[in-house]
Amino acid sequence: MTHITLPRPLLIGIALLLALFPLFGATYYVQLGAKILIMAIFALSLDLLVGHTGLVSLGHAAYFGIAAYALALISPKYEAANLWLTLPFALAAAATAAFVVGFLVVRTAGVYFIMVTLAFAQMIYSIFHDTKLGGGSDGIYIYVRPELSVAGFKPLDLESPAQFYYLALILLVVVYAILDRLLHAPFGRALAGIRVNEQRMRSIGYPVFIYKLAAFVLAGILAGLAGYLAACQFGFVNPDILAWHQSGIVLMMVILGGMGRLHGAVLGALSYVLIQEAVSAPALLGAYSKHWQLAMGSLIVVIVLVLPHGIGGFIDVALRRFSYTHRNGDRDDAI
Amino acid sequence: MFYLIQLLNAVQYGLLLFLLSSGLTLIFGIMGVINLAHGSFYMIGAYLAYWLAKLTGSLWLAIPIGIAIAFGIGLLLETTIISRLYRRDHLYQVLLTFGLILVFEELRSILFGDEVHGVAVPALLDFSIPLTETLSYPVYRLFVTAVCLGIAGLLYLVIHRTRVGMMIRAGNSNREMAASLGVNIPVLFALVFAFGMALAAFTGTIAAPISSVFPGMGNQILIICFVVVVIGGIGSINGAMIASLAIGLADTLGKVVAAEYSGVAVYLVMAVILLWRPQGIANKA
Repeated sequence: MTHITLPRPLLIGIALLLALFPLFGATYYVQLGAKILIMAIFALSLDLLVGHTGLVSLGHAAYFGIAAYALALISPKYEAANLWLTLPFALAAAATAAFVVGFLVVRTAGVYFIMVTLAFAQMIYSIFHDTKLGGGSDGIYIYVRPELSVAGFKPLDLESPAQFYYLALILLVVVYAILDRLLHAPFGRALAGIRVNEQRMRSIGYPVFIYKLAAFVLAGILAGLAGYLAACQFGFVNPDILAWHQSGIVLMMVILGGMGRLHGAVLGALSYVLIQEAVSAPALLGAYSKHWQLAMGSLIVVIVLVLPHGIGGFIDVALRRFSYTHRNGDRDDAI
Repeated sequence: MFYLIQLLNAVQYGLLLFLLSSGLTLIFGIMGVINLAHGSFYMIGAYLAYWLAKLTGSLWLAIPIGIAIAFGIGLLLETTIISRLYRRDHLYQVLLTFGLILVFEELRSILFGDEVHGVAVPALLDFSIPLTETLSYPVYRLFVTAVCLGIAGLLYLVIHRTRVGMMIRAGNSNREMAASLGVNIPVLFALVFAFGMALAAFTGTIAAPISSVFPGMGNQILIICFVVVVIGGIGSINGAMIASLAIGLADTLGKVVAAEYSGVAVYLVMAVILLWRPQGIANKA
């Protein structure tokens, strides 16, 4: 199988279409759209680990949640926080946590890695859940969204759903572009090498530990970006946002979209949020919509059994037919 | 005396963890499957204990029926779903069994609701041994400790002294070789999986009177079991025993010293082990 990237004109076209959406969509759908964009950033960050480095993290919500809590903890109660101060602080918090945990966990591989990332995420969860630090199980409200101002001028008013949507869209495009560059750069090729054969990379002299740790921290920072935005949007944080359930969901998004493809992570986030909307809508399932996780859980089981390459797998086939693929390395023997 | 009680609690908790994590580590060691739904069977066991004890009026009846039901569900699950995962990447195993957790958790919510339930200690064991004038120790906890020890011993004997145990060990160290020597691997796997689930459910039933029965109880303990397995080394029953007791002690000590941060203690133990022996205490590098 080949490393697949969508052709750039197509991506730019999609971004432009997404930019037009708030002009037509009702407020509820614009907010839903922003949620999808945020989750797409989150899924992209995890795909860097799972799909590109071969590290299956089951504790990725921790960094998402830490950044969200960081915003909540330093926001003034009744006035807007400054985005230029709070965002770097939140990202630094996520990066620090990812560095400390990463330093311990990237020594392990395979199933150990899965269990250890989950366990440390649970430790972070229990800190926020059991202590007064983050308001315990009740969490903290963020009454006013942060303010984005450049020399006294406010290019985007984040209280407006449409303008918040644009902020999320811009950040998603930036993250996508950075990851796309990075994965084609020597750093990304080294990660791919580690995914396919770590032993060989080590023997030809790559400092594998450093590369894996760097990927882990970068993924933590990007997850933190998503968490920061999520905290802005929902206006409160509680321990549930860093629970392992959330880590499972974002992993689901990555697989649903097709891992190891940047567009796959975005597609996965889109499909997951839309499926969740559908199965939790009382209109569709009536009284059982309360138990939407039953439908979601069954769906996960079915997807793993019949659709292991996710929705992205279909797109690959379509793309191959139009011969848009770049042959960048063999992937099948890694899976 | 206070410390004796804490020590007894630590051992009892550690042994419960051992029953759960031995199943987890065996299933992983033999079939190479990481099963997140292991915790769900603990929960299923506890809810079955609650429901059957109410239905039959006796926990003594509830336990064997509960085990049989869990064994049946385990067998069904293995043949329909889990057996398709053996050759797949851990990633898919994690995801699929995560899906199963959601399913079991919602079914529990539909069938039993989301309230916390208590399960009465059987009348026969419902008394305490006075230790000092103010402190006493409930006999049921001692009973649980004894039962866990008994099962651990039985497990050891079965694995090291019987023909089935030999097959299990053979499957654990080399699946293909065992198969080519005539071990019926599909049947062995199905039985080991169902046995592991029955053991998890049994742990849930006997723990129910102590811990009460509540939503999410399986996930909470599952993660601690992962810590046990990581510390003990995957596939190692002996490692799981040492690690369970260590975690039981760390958790109890944490609760005594700094209650608010007690949740962190067990993970700190794990962090130290990861720095010292990333492959677990019982496994060779």
